[in-house]
Amino acid sequence: MSLVVDVRVQRGAFVLELAFALPDGCTAALVGPNGSGKSTLVDLLAGLVPAMRGSVVLDGRVLERAPALRVAPQGRGLGVVFQGLALFPSLTALDNVAYGLRARGMKRAEARAEARAWLARFEIEALAERRPGELSGGQAQRVALARAMIVRPPLLLLDEPLSALDVEARASARMMLREWLAAAPGVKLVVTHELEDARAVADYLLVLEGGRLIAQGPIDAVLADPPPFLAAMLRRAG
Amino acid sequence: MSLRTGRPGQAHAVLGVLGGAALVFFALPLVALIGRVTPAELWAQLGAPAVQRALWLSLEVSLISLGLCVVFGFPLAFVLARVAFPGRALARGLVSLPMVLPPVVGGIALLAAFGRRGLLGGMLERIGVVLPFTTAGAVLAVTFVAMPFLVTTLEGALATVDPRLEQAAATLGASRWRVLWTVTLPAIRPSMAAGLALCWARGLGEFGATITFAGNFEGRTQTMPLAVYDALQADPEAAITLGLVLLAVSLTLLMALRGHIGRRR
Repeated sequence: MSLVVDVRVQRGAFVLELAFALPDGCTAALVGPNGSGKSTLVDLLAGLVPAMRGSVVLDGRVLERAPALRVAPQGRGLGVVFQGLALFPSLTALDNVAYGLRARGMKRAEARAEARAWLARFEIEALAERRPGELSGGQAQRVALARAMIVRPPLLLLDEPLSALDVEARASARMMLREWLAAAPGVKLVVTHELEDARAVADYLLVLEGGRLIAQGPIDAVLADPPPFLAAMLRRAG
Repeated sequence: MSLRTGRPGQAHAVLGVLGGAALVFFALPLVALIGRVTPAELWAQLGAPAVQRALWLSLEVSLISLGLCVVFGFPLAFVLARVAFPGRALARGLVSLPMVLPPVVGGIALLAAFGRRGLLGGMLERIGVVLPFTTAGAVLAVTFVAMPFLVTTLEGALATVDPRLEQAAATLGASRWRVLWTVTLPAIRPSMAAGLALCWARGLGEFGATITFAGNFEGRTQTMPLAVYDALQADPEAAITLGLVLLAVSLTLLMALRGHIGRRR
């Protein structure tokens, strides 16, 4: 199982052009300055924006081969944690988590039972009946993560999953995220603008700048010989 | 909410005075109306068969029309809000036209389109459908005038739904219908309540297009506003009472509708 991406995407005047491959089980971090194309890549993989040319292949299954073939977001079976989390405000935490199973036709009671088990795994079972507006940033982040992971996706996309948290909560959430991601099967891609988050959770690093990958590889190797943008980030991070 | 500029106390006083004046402006005619009628008179009017017929017809016409507005208006609002197509600006203009058109002119336009010698009148007649001066015609007139209120309210609300929510639902495998039902509609629930209430209220008070296109026939097309108009010619005091009856019924139903649909789940 693996993710193989080789695409060109155009969004207005912005062009994203890159190629990379990630092996199964790998947790990759995607770092880059604002406007480098991180969210565009997430949207491409999720099926929300089309590629102009190239392909996306997940576990040997073609998700996208421009311009002829494009699997809709509904058919990709991915788990996505969007920036800002995008929890459904009218549903309880439990029903948010059960949503993907219900959409796949699972019976309500069954889906809820499994969702409850996932909430327990994330230690927030007591919050099952709360709505997103009644959750703290950290609690909402866990709900979003459970909602994405419950469908056991072959590719898990996390767009700035820790950005809603304050500094203190962030440190502990980072450690928990590392454990959860390590235990999850498939390919995991975490978008972050914090190098510390990347170092904590990922074993592979993709560095994006101006719509192009300027470095990629095992995280230690990339950080040993960082491109200028990353070196500046490293200095800031101390 | 607090005002960030100027002295808040002063700003609130200005808002309070102007807002209060607006409220008095709305309340004063109502109070004047109520002051002219005793409860006994109101009750007697409510019991009059002609009034009951008009009242029931009003409810029937306005509710059937509301149903039509939902069935056709919701898809139209959705298309206008979400689908970019050539001529969308023109379509928006067409939809809001009945809101600015004097209703009588709307009635004349309906006659020109659906009247016996109208654009589609002959064709409709051949298949046995006659609209002018029938209850169905009254429903059509009310729908023409009221639907824009629902469409514009819903279109505005749909445009403000966070696209990320719908995208999140889609990535979780939800079909478009499921996304609409579980994410989009709950997100616009308060606006839906406001739009339905507005649309229905406008339909209940409709006069000009109805009398022009459907006529003023008791038991067939004479809705409450038309009955008030009729009464005004013969007995102004009765017209006031009838007006109050219409008002009481509207207010009760409006509050019930907004309370029911607009409440948080």
